[in-house]
Amino acid sequence: MPVVIDHRPGKQVTPQPRQRRDPAPSRLQYRLERMWLTPLYRRILRVGIPAFVLAMVAGLWLADEDRRALLRDGLNSVVQKVQSREEFQVRTMAIEGASPVVEKALRAMLPVDLPASSFDIDLAALRLQVMQLDAVETIDLRIKPGGILSAQVVERKPAILWRHSRGIEILDDTGHRVASVTSREVRPELPLISGEGADLVTEEALALFDAAGPILPRVRGLVRRGERRWDLVLDFGQRIMLPEKGALVALEAAIALHRAEDMLGRDIVSVDLRDPSRPVLRLGIDARNTIREARGLPLLGPDGNVLPDNEG
Amino acid sequence: MVELYQTQRAMRNIRRAALQRGVIGILDIGTSKIACLVLRVDSNGTFRATDGVGPMAGQVNFRVIGAASTRSRGMRRGEIETMAETERAIRTVVAAAQKVAGVRIDHVIACLSGGRPASYGLAGEITLASGQVGEHDVALVLAACETPDFGRGREVLHAQPVNFAVDNRTNLADPRDHLGNKLFCDMHVLTVDGDVIGNLVQCIRRCDLELAGIASAPYASARASLVEDEQELGAACIDFGGGGTGVSVFIKKHMIFSDHVPIGGNLITQDIAQGLRVSLPVAERLKTLNGGVEATGRDDHDMIDVGSDTSEWEADRRHVSRADVIGIMRPRVEEILESAREVLDAAGFDYMPSQQIVLTGGGSQIPGLDGLAARILGPNVRCGRPLRIDGLAHQLTDPSFSSAVGLALFAAHPQDEWWDFEMPADRYPARSLRRAYRWFKNNW
Repeated sequence: MPVVIDHRPGKQVTPQPRQRRDPAPSRLQYRLERMWLTPLYRRILRVGIPAFVLAMVAGLWLADEDRRALLRDGLNSVVQKVQSREEFQVRTMAIEGASPVVEKALRAMLPVDLPASSFDIDLAALRLQVMQLDAVETIDLRIKPGGILSAQVVERKPAILWRHSRGIEILDDTGHRVASVTSREVRPELPLISGEGADLVTEEALALFDAAGPILPRVRGLVRRGERRWDLVLDFGQRIMLPEKGALVALEAAIALHRAEDMLGRDIVSVDLRDPSRPVLRLGIDARNTIREARGLPLLGPDGNVLPDNEG
Repeated sequence: MVELYQTQRAMRNIRRAALQRGVIGILDIGTSKIACLVLRVDSNGTFRATDGVGPMAGQVNFRVIGAASTRSRGMRRGEIETMAETERAIRTVVAAAQKVAGVRIDHVIACLSGGRPASYGLAGEITLASGQVGEHDVALVLAACETPDFGRGREVLHAQPVNFAVDNRTNLADPRDHLGNKLFCDMHVLTVDGDVIGNLVQCIRRCDLELAGIASAPYASARASLVEDEQELGAACIDFGGGGTGVSVFIKKHMIFSDHVPIGGNLITQDIAQGLRVSLPVAERLKTLNGGVEATGRDDHDMIDVGSDTSEWEADRRHVSRADVIGIMRPRVEEILESAREVLDAAGFDYMPSQQIVLTGGGSQIPGLDGLAARILGPNVRCGRPLRIDGLAHQLTDPSFSSAVGLALFAAHPQDEWWDFEMPADRYPARSLRRAYRWFKNNW
C-alpha cells in the first residue's frame, strides 16, 4: 500500500473527436488489389508459389542419399510391420476334393512355407500354376478367416485310354489329358482308342462305345483312321470300318445285322460300312476255302494266294 | 475536327475491345456521389430475359456483376475541383465494385455532367454523284455539316446524326441505298469545356483505368429513365443532381438538345444549413428525411430535433418544424424548376409534338416535387426511375442512379455517332496510303 494516497480528482479526459480514417485505399493498396484480381497473378500466388515451395523443400530434403535411404527403410519397415501382423498370417492349407497325388503336388507348389503373411501369397499366380496340372479341372483358392488357405479342387474324371506312338494316356470326356499309364492293364475298365488325332474326338468315341452295347465284351478298341473316321476293332482281328459321317448310325446298323444274323460270329474279317448304302463284308480264308471247295476251285493259302495244286 | 475524329475513334476501339473481353466498368462521377457498376457483357447471347428485364430496350445482353457507390469528393457543380480527392473517391468506388464483382476492370465508361455543355444543331447537304446514297455518302454528308465556331478549348462530346433526308423525303433513319439527287442530314453536336474532360481523363488514368467512352450525364440519364415511346414521340428529361440540373430533350430516339443548370441539391442543403444554422451533414439529413415542397397544416406541428455539438444547451436543443424546412426548400426548388423552364423555352420545347417531362436524379425524390413541377413546367410530368437491368441491387435502382444505368445502356448499345462512319477520303491527311485505298474502295 502506498504511503501517500492521492485523493485529487483524475485528470479531465476530453474525448478527442475520433479521426475518421480515409476510406479510400492508398494507391499501393489499390494497385495490389487490382493485381490480386488479375487471374494470372491469382493463380500464381495461390497455386504456383505453394506448389513450388513444397517441391523445393521436398527436393532439398531428398537430395541427400542417406535421407532417401532412411525414408525408404522407414516405409519398408512400416509396410512389413503391417503385413506381418497376426491377423494376416496364413497357418494351414485345406485342400478339398483332390486325390493324394494332386494334393501332394499342390502343397509342393505353394511358394512359401506356412505360416506366412497373406500378402506374400499371390493367389492368382498360384491358381494359374495349379491349372497347369492336367489332373485338375478347376480350383477355387481363397484365404479364409482364421488363417486358412482353402483350395477347392475339382479333378478331371478319367473316361478313356488313348494309345499313341509315345505311350498310353488317360483322357477325360473332353479329350484333355489326365495322366499317363504304363500299360493297358492298369485301367482295364476304360475303353481304348488309338491313332493320331483320336483325342480330339473323344466324345464321338465315347458315344460309339455306348452304342456298341451287345458286342462290348468283344470290342478291343477304336482306331482313328487318317484323322477322319473310326475303325471298331473286335477280337479275332475283326474290324468294323465306320464312315466319316453318321458313324453311330452305321454302327447301330451293323449291330442290328449281328443280332439278326449273328454276323460277327461268322468267319468275317471286316465289315466295311464306309459307304452306308453299300455295306461290304470281307470273308475269312476258311470261309472262302469252304466255298471254293464246294465249287471245286483250288484252295487259298493263309496269305490269300491260290495254293499250288499238290495233289497232282 | 480530324483530331477529335481520331480520338473518338480510338475510344470506340477501346470500347469494342472491352466488350470483346466481356467486362466493362461504368463510372458515374457526380457531385454528391460516385457510382461504379461492373458489367459482364454477353457476347454470345447466353443471357436470357428475366422477370421485368426484357429485351425491349436492349438491356438484356449485359448483367451487372458488381456495383458500389460512395460519397463524392473534390467535385463541384459537376466538375472536378480537387483532382487528388476525386481520384481517391474513384479508387474507393472502383475497389469496392471490383471486390463485389471478383474481377478487375480495365476499361471504364464515364459520364460528365458539368463543363458548360452547349448543344448545336448542324445541317449538311451534298449532291449525290451516283444518284444513290452509298456508305461513303453518309460520311460525306456528315463531314459536310458546316460547323460553327465552338469557341476556344471546346471539345465535342456527342455528334449524333439525328435525321437524314433524300431530296424531299425526310425523317429517314437509314438513308443508305435510297435513290435521289441530294442528301441532307441534321446532326446534333454537344460540346463541353475541353479542360474539364481533360481533368476527368487524367483522374481516371491515374487510377490505372482506361477510358472507353465519355457520355454526357443528361443524355445517359434520359436513356435510362425515358421509356421507348417517350424517346420516340418527344420528351424532356430533367436530371436533378447534386451539383446541377441536367436537361435533355429527345425526339425520334435521338437527343436533340441538352443543357445544364448549375443549381442543384447541394444548394438546397446549403440553404437549409444557413437558414436553420445547422451543419451541412445535419442539413443534408433534414433535407432527405424531412424535406418536401408542399407544406400542410400538419407540418407546423411536426417538430424535428436539430442537435449540434457546441456544448451550449440553447444551441444543442433546438427544434424546427417541418414547415420551416419546407419553407426554405421550396423557393430553391422553384428556382431550379424555373431555370429548367427557361432552358426548355430556349430550346423551343413548346413546339415539340409531345410535351412529356420526366424528372429523375436524386433530387426528384423530394416529396411533392411532381405537383410543383406540373405547375411550372407543364401538365405532363412524371417522376422516372431508371430502367431495370439485370443484376442491379435493389438499393441502386432509385432515380439517383439513372445516369449510371443509362451509361450501361450506352455501353451496350451506343447510338450512331459521327465517328462511327468512315472518314471521307479528302479528310485524311494528304499523301496518305489510306487515302488512296479509300479512294479506290469508293470509286471502283
